[in-house]
Amino acid sequence: MSIDTARPPVHTDHGGPLHAVRGFFRSREIPVAGALIALVIITTLINPRFLSPQSVKDLMLNATIVIILAVGQALVIITENVDLSIGSILGLVAFGTGSLFNAWPGVPIPLVFLAGMLFGAVLGAINGFLVTAAKVPALVITLGTMYIFRGILTSWAGSKQYFSGDNPKAFGNLSVDVFLGIPIITIVAIVVVIAVGIFMHSVRAGRDLYAIGSDRDAARLFGIAVGPRVLAAFIASGALTGLAGVLYTSRYNSVGALTGSGLELDVVAAVVVGGVAISGGTGTVFGAAIGAVLLSTITSSLTATRVDKFWQQAFVGMLILAAIIVDRAVSVRNARKLRVSESRDV
Amino acid sequence: MSETLSPNIVKARSGLAKRLTGSDAIIIYILVAVIIVSMISVKFFASTLTVGFLSIQVIPILLIAMPMALVIISGEIDLSVASIAGLTSAVMGVLWRDSGWDIGIVILVSVLVGVVCGVFNGFLITTLGLPSLAVTIGTLALYRGLALVVIGDQKVANFPKELNTFVLSKIGATGIPVVMIFVVIIIAFFAVLLHFTPFGRGLYALGFSKEAATFVGIRVGQAKFWLFVGTGVVSSIVGVFLTLRLASAGPDNGTGMELSVIAAVLLGGVSIFGGKGSIPGVVGGVLLIGVLTYSLRLAKVPETALIIVTGSLLVLSVVAPSIVSWARERLRLARVHRVVQQTSSSGSPHA
Repeated sequence: MSIDTARPPVHTDHGGPLHAVRGFFRSREIPVAGALIALVIITTLINPRFLSPQSVKDLMLNATIVIILAVGQALVIITENVDLSIGSILGLVAFGTGSLFNAWPGVPIPLVFLAGMLFGAVLGAINGFLVTAAKVPALVITLGTMYIFRGILTSWAGSKQYFSGDNPKAFGNLSVDVFLGIPIITIVAIVVVIAVGIFMHSVRAGRDLYAIGSDRDAARLFGIAVGPRVLAAFIASGALTGLAGVLYTSRYNSVGALTGSGLELDVVAAVVVGGVAISGGTGTVFGAAIGAVLLSTITSSLTATRVDKFWQQAFVGMLILAAIIVDRAVSVRNARKLRVSESRDV
Repeated sequence: MSETLSPNIVKARSGLAKRLTGSDAIIIYILVAVIIVSMISVKFFASTLTVGFLSIQVIPILLIAMPMALVIISGEIDLSVASIAGLTSAVMGVLWRDSGWDIGIVILVSVLVGVVCGVFNGFLITTLGLPSLAVTIGTLALYRGLALVVIGDQKVANFPKELNTFVLSKIGATGIPVVMIFVVIIIAFFAVLLHFTPFGRGLYALGFSKEAATFVGIRVGQAKFWLFVGTGVVSSIVGVFLTLRLASAGPDNGTGMELSVIAAVLLGGVSIFGGKGSIPGVVGGVLLIGVLTYSLRLAKVPETALIIVTGSLLVLSVVAPSIVSWARERLRLARVHRVVQQTSSSGSPHA
């Protein structure tokens, strides 16, 4: 399976356009996207107001931050690592953004974004450096840095909070104003998804991440600089988390010591639902983004259909399990098919 | 290449020396050092009150750390433990409120919740062959969600007073809680299971290489299945304990505990790759975090510094061995290099 997605151009090309279409429908994103569409349709049938402009805007705003986090996390998970510290990184950057506006009220907004992403990238680099230099699984390192970053944030913030009223109006408006019906911050998220998606699909360095995730030793033998690539994935994930942190400050009412705690497992869940295997080497950032939208939409749709709110989390859990089971079924089938076709080639 | 040369060049350390310098031994040394330093320098630390508060605080993590150590040694992970504890607590509260059963039966049924949760995890992981990290992230959400479904946002607090006082009662004047006896029994059970039974020894083989374990006749699927049932049951017991200790059943009991448990287990020298670790080390790891937290808190170190300490300990505990082994490898290679040069230079005249 991992081999199959690791080199889609080779496989889809010799079958002509029909083959490409078939490949598209067989891709991992389709079941997730299908589930999302079905969810929206069913919810709208029960409660037509679900697709009212205001409600759609809220849906997009709620999904924005998780989408960006999921894209960053997908990069890391594709290399067979994981980053559990993103909740703490987001909290640090969000609080940092609040402090920056507090210290320098007239700061140009692009500079705020740059500073936030840079801050996130530095924190991501710490993770990446520890993971690649010490050759210890990312799960352990990022579990440790999750505590450390959170501890730094709580000692920095104390009981202090920055409220959206303290920030410049123009900054808060980013999550209020719309362009073509889409909130500005959601446009940022979409741009991120497309850019990273193209990078992962067509750029050498992006393909290397898949190779590392499917078989690290083979990738090394093949001449891929495994360490630097993994480090880069962590830095990118950190920078994207930083971006999400800045947007979080714009979107939500207050940022403080607890901002972003507990977010890490939600994001990993979104990525897994989106068809990125936790064992690395497969999946796309588009899938991860759709998974994030699906998980954030399900909450609103349960509210809209007046399902008991206590069922929400249980639904999310079942969805994650369903996603993994479907994934497994698909990969078992593909592995069998691959075996048959390879034996025919010989 | 160089490996074939190494046996006669590098002498293997003897069993005892290895045991005294292993990573679990080091954790215990650090633990003892922290306790001694705290007793000398932190006011009020050296008292029986400390023993009582400390034990009550570490018991949940200590208990779950036992089966968790076995799971991680066998190369898997279980993130759903805290949610199982929460679900157990919710079920226990609702049963006590609505069923009118005796508290003993209520507790028994609540522990069955853990069995069912563990069986479900084990089924998905061993029968369907899904990765445990992904599965238990899913059941982490599912079980916590079911806890909310069962009890909503209510709390049940009218448990029998005697039980709460029993949980908090101490053995005589020692300050050790009576429940600690059960905890010690559970620790002993897992220690014997891991270190002295074929099943337990097999877990190391399993964590080291699944294929090799299969070849030497270990029933990999079955072993893993029972491990997940084990974490389920112990998590449920912790759920019952938390409920009685707080005298309150709610859906959020134990939230976030999974990561603290894993941090303590890894700190105790269990390798996340599987195949390495010991129960004494894990007990040391849990107690180290517990004692450090408690004594820093007594010394009025701000709460925030405590999290940084926990995190740094965790990172250090995994980075330090890599640095040591890297240095050792460099030394070994240098030595091998020298020996090879010597032998080749002394051998060349004959050729």
